[in-house]
Amino acid sequence: MTASAHPSLDARPESLLAPRTVLTGALLAVLALLPLYAMLSGNSFALTLFTRVLILAIGAVSLNLIMGYGGMVSFGHAAYLGIGGYAVGILAKEGVGSGLVQWPVAIAVSALYALVVGALSLRTRGVYFIMITLAFAQMIYYVAIGLDRYGGDDGLTIYRRSQFGGVIDLNNKTLFYYLCFALLLASIYLVARIVNSRFGLVIQGARSNDRRMRAIGFPTFRYKLVCFVIAGALCGLAGALLANQTNFISPALMHWTRSGDLIVMAVLGGLGSLFGPLIGAVAFLLLEEGLSRVTEYPDLILGPILLLVAIYVHGGIDGLLAGRRNG
Amino acid sequence: MLYFIEQCLNGAQLGMLLFLLAAGLTLVFGIMDLVNLAHGSLYMLGAYFAATFAVLTGSFVLAVILAVAASLIAGMVLEVVAIRRLYERGHLDQVLGTFGLLLFFNELVRLVWGPAGMTLVLPHQMLAAVQIMPGVYYPVYRLVIILVALAVAALLYFVVMRTRLGMLIRAGASNREMIGALGINIKLLYTLVFGLGAALAGFAGVMQAPILTVQIGMGENILILAFVVIIIGGIGSIRGAFVAAIVVGLIDTLGRAFLPDMLHHILSTNAAATLGPALSSMSIYILMAAILVFRPEGLFPAAGR
Repeated sequence: MTASAHPSLDARPESLLAPRTVLTGALLAVLALLPLYAMLSGNSFALTLFTRVLILAIGAVSLNLIMGYGGMVSFGHAAYLGIGGYAVGILAKEGVGSGLVQWPVAIAVSALYALVVGALSLRTRGVYFIMITLAFAQMIYYVAIGLDRYGGDDGLTIYRRSQFGGVIDLNNKTLFYYLCFALLLASIYLVARIVNSRFGLVIQGARSNDRRMRAIGFPTFRYKLVCFVIAGALCGLAGALLANQTNFISPALMHWTRSGDLIVMAVLGGLGSLFGPLIGAVAFLLLEEGLSRVTEYPDLILGPILLLVAIYVHGGIDGLLAGRRNG
Repeated sequence: MLYFIEQCLNGAQLGMLLFLLAAGLTLVFGIMDLVNLAHGSLYMLGAYFAATFAVLTGSFVLAVILAVAASLIAGMVLEVVAIRRLYERGHLDQVLGTFGLLLFFNELVRLVWGPAGMTLVLPHQMLAAVQIMPGVYYPVYRLVIILVALAVAALLYFVVMRTRLGMLIRAGASNREMIGALGINIKLLYTLVFGLGAALAGFAGVMQAPILTVQIGMGENILILAFVVIIIGGIGSIRGAFVAAIVVGLIDTLGRAFLPDMLHHILSTNAAATLGPALSSMSIYILMAAILVFRPEGLFPAAGR
C-alpha cells in the first residue's frame, strides 16, 4: 500500500523548537482558548464550527489508526458516524435518554459492525479492501433510508440531548465543546499508546510486509481485525457526539462522499502522525468554510486543491512541517 | 408470472447499464492500475451533454451520438490534464485526487447548467410499449437499451480480442513496461483507454437520462453499484464485469420486487413491512460478502494480478 513514512519507528528525537512541535502546540492552545474568544466576542458560530471540527477530528484520528499505521484504507468510515448517531437517535426516540446507555450502545454497535465488515474485508488487500469497505458502508446507508419508523430518507430529529443524570449538561455549548476536546485528546493518547505497544508494532509491521510478519509467527489477520474494531468503536463515539451536536441525524451523514471527507482530513493532515488528523480536520473544515464565504462555488477550488495535494504533497501538512520530503 | 418476466427485463436493463459503467472502470484499473472515483462524474456529464444537444439539435439520435463523442473528448482531456499524473501515485492518493475531481465536476455542472435538473425527452416512437409475449407489454425504450448495450458489449469484446488496439490493451494489462520498451506509445494508449472508459460511462449516462432526471450527483450512488460489480466479477476482467453486472442487476431488481412479499409469508405483516425494504436493498451486498468468503479475488480474477 501507499503509506510510506514510518514516523513512530523513527527514533530521531525532535527539538522542542521544531516548527512542527511549535505549530501543533499553538493549535492546541488556540483550541483550548476558543470558548473564551467566543464568549468575549459573542461569536457563538465559531464555537459551533469548532465543536464540529473536534468531533470529525476524532473520526479522522480513528481512520488514521487503521489507515496511517495499519495500511488499511477504509472508505466506509462515515458508516460508523451514522451507526453511532442512529444509536443515540433511535434510543432517544424510544425513550431511553441516558447517555450512560446511549453512548456505550453506540460504541458497541459500531464495534460489532466493524467486526463483521473487518472479518470479511480483511480477507482481501489493496483496491479490493477500499471498494469493499465502501460497498458495505453504502449498504448501511440504504438500510438507514429503509428505516421508515426513524424518518427514512428525511432523517430523525433528536429532541433531547443525551442525559448524564444532571451532572453534565450537554446543552451547555462551552461544556460540550470541552467534552469533545477532552475526548479528542484522549483518543489521540489512546492511539499513541496503541502504536507504541507491541500490538501496534505488529500492526505497523503488517503494513510494511504482511507476509513476513506471518512468517515469523504473528497471526496478522487477528491483529488487524482487533485494530479495525477499535477504530470502528472510536468513530462510533464520534457519531454519538455528532448526533448530540446537530440534534439531527439522516442517511446523508453516511453518504459515501462523507467517508471521502474523512479520508481527505486524514491524508491532508498527514498519515501515520499522531496530531495529523486534527491538523487535517481543522485545515479541511476551515478551508471549506472559508471558500463558501468568498465564492458561491467552493468545490470548484477545493477539488483542484485536493488533486494537487494528491499529486505533489507527500505526508500531508504534518509531513511538510516536519520537513520530510517524499516521505 | 407476467410481472416476473417484466421484472427480469428490468433487471437485465439495470445490469446492462451497470456493465457499461463497470467495463470502463475495470479497463482503467486493469491497464493503468488507477482507482477512479470520478467515473460517475463522466456518467453525469454524458447525461448533461445529451440533454443539451437534444435541445440544440432537436434530434434524439444525433444528441446521443454527439454526447458520446463529447464524453470521449472530455475523458481524454481529463486524462492529459490530471489523471496521467496520478498513475505513479499510490491508490490512496488516487482516491484523494479523483475525489477532488468529483467535487470539481459536481460544482462545474452547477455553474454551467444550474442547480435544477434537466430532462431528456424521448422521441414518441420510443414511448410506446410492445407486446413481447402474449399479454406482456414492455416499453420500447427499455428494450432498446438492452439491445444497444448488448451490441456495445459485443463491439467491446471484438475490439479487445480481435483488433491491434485490443492486443495492445491486453498487452498493457499484463506488462506495461514491456510494451513501452517495444516502442508502443504508452502515453497515447493510456489516453485512448481512459477516453474509451469515459465514452462508455457517458453512454450509460445518456441511456439512463430519459428514465431518470438529469441531476447533479446522479453518478455517485450508481458508481458504488459498479464497484460491487467489479468486485464480484474480479477487478480487471471485462468478462467478469459482464456476468456480475447481469447478476447484480437481476438480484437487485427481483429482490426489491419480490422479497417484501416473500417475507409476508414468513413474518408478521408489521415485521415484514419494516424488514422488507431494508433487506432487499442489502441483497447485493450480501451476495458480494458471500462471494468474497469463497473467492476473495472475484469470480473471474484477471491473470497476473
